[in-house]
Amino acid sequence: MKNKRLDLSYSQMKWETIFRRILIFMSIVLVLIVIGILITLIMESMPSIKSLGIGYLWGKVWDPVSNIYGAYPFLIGTLLTSFIALIISIPFSYAVSIYLGEYNPKGWLSNLLKNTIELIAAVPSIIYGFWGLFVLVPIIRTFEAKIGVAPYGIGIFTSSLILAVMIIPYAASLGITLIRMVPSPLKEGAYALGATRFEVIRSVIMPFTRSGLFAGVLLSLGRALGETMAVTMLIGNTSTLAHTFKDLIFGPSNTMASVIANEFTEADHTVYLSALIELGLVLFFVTVVINLIGKRIITRFTNN
Amino acid sequence: MEHTVVSASKFNAWFGDNHVVKDVSIGIEKNQVIAVMGPSGCGKTTFLRCINRMHELIPGATAKGSLKLYDDEVYTMNPIYVRYKIGMVFQRPNPFPNLSIYDNVVAGYKLNGLKMAKADMDNIVEKSLTSAALWKEVKDSLHKKGTFLSGGQQQRLCIARAIAMEPEVILFDEPTSALDPISTSSVEQLFHELKEKYTLIIVTHNMQQAARVSDKTAFFYLGELVEFDDTKQMFTAPADVRTQNYITGRFS
Repeated sequence: MKNKRLDLSYSQMKWETIFRRILIFMSIVLVLIVIGILITLIMESMPSIKSLGIGYLWGKVWDPVSNIYGAYPFLIGTLLTSFIALIISIPFSYAVSIYLGEYNPKGWLSNLLKNTIELIAAVPSIIYGFWGLFVLVPIIRTFEAKIGVAPYGIGIFTSSLILAVMIIPYAASLGITLIRMVPSPLKEGAYALGATRFEVIRSVIMPFTRSGLFAGVLLSLGRALGETMAVTMLIGNTSTLAHTFKDLIFGPSNTMASVIANEFTEADHTVYLSALIELGLVLFFVTVVINLIGKRIITRFTNN
Repeated sequence: MEHTVVSASKFNAWFGDNHVVKDVSIGIEKNQVIAVMGPSGCGKTTFLRCINRMHELIPGATAKGSLKLYDDEVYTMNPIYVRYKIGMVFQRPNPFPNLSIYDNVVAGYKLNGLKMAKADMDNIVEKSLTSAALWKEVKDSLHKKGTFLSGGQQQRLCIARAIAMEPEVILFDEPTSALDPISTSSVEQLFHELKEKYTLIIVTHNMQQAARVSDKTAFFYLGELVEFDDTKQMFTAPADVRTQNYITGRFS
């Protein structure tokens, strides 16, 4: 009897080739789309880059009526909301990582908590926007009245709070996985020397997972920088920078993403539209760089 | 006069409902090397881990009965204190990868936040590494990471780390099973020197090793301590038929 499996027919061989080519094609299409987006952003930004130059980045005034475009207030708005959100979220994501990674790594309660936290990332951002408007804004307004700033309710601080909740799962989910990966002989080595659980966390688990946890924070940051919907609903959409730090934090402002979302449909001439697209280009670069650094650290971490 | 360091009487341990150590009674004397052997799953490692209360770190693990360090009940002492007094060396060398050789040796002090003068610390490091027969090999690279050492050197570093705490007893959980034959013999050599100062309890799979290094041997089978006697006696004329079957290789 002849072995049929060894007798590859011409059509089988041909299918092998076609199948491989389909896979390659699909993968290349995705890369091309990203490159295409980048090219579009650059092309469409050209009128603005040409007429406004590099000064666009630190121009403090954004006044489409007088045709003056400065991205500085939005850069500040974006960076402030993201970093405040990051600072608020870090204690939560670290606490959750340590609790579900080390104290309670198994069982139904642990799984329920982990899934719930990951669900935070799955909630559509418009729902966070709504919830922020209806629940958070009145609370913040009362708080602002108490500390003696204008009680807008909306603004950088409110946006940061909502953003903080939204980005927790990115750092926490990675953190939980990494802390569960700490080899138990290492932890036992420390316990056997008389270390308490806190000392084991501080001296064994933290050094072992430090760079990975940091990468998780960077991923959260990348998410915070680009978040549009919830922030647009809560930031107040003012294109002028407040003069005092207190007014800046608690008053209305704008981020790069929220300006684009708000003004894109109103942009009625080339330079205005182009200036908005250039904002998108800047945002694209910032988030890509942050993500690349984060991914780099994760790769280095998991290879060790 | 010989002095009993560790003694157990009617000691039991469980993982959940699984009864892994059954009514073990034993008295271990000072400055001896005790080998604990038996087939896989016989409870020997669990018993070892009960002595310094590492057993209870595993969720669902429980223990009952009397286990004493000198005259104190281990299970009513503070577990942190128990682990100061009873050091442990594990199956696989586990130096802390983020610490230098120097810091690994004094890790016990650093972990617990105990402060001491630099000179005292230098002294402890040199003494511990010397006792672990590692000082000559690493004295010029004390500030390199401990993980750069070979497997055998890493295991001796872990022994130095245990010695640095000045324990009464050092527990070894199959300390050479991850090492090559040359590293194994250097660690075995060390046991003879260490028993001058410490009491060593060594869990081993390797009967030849038990015969080579120990003064007394305990044979565990299905959670019970079947026989505990002078090593020579046990390997030449075991009292229990199960011990004899094990030694002659009738089951493993």
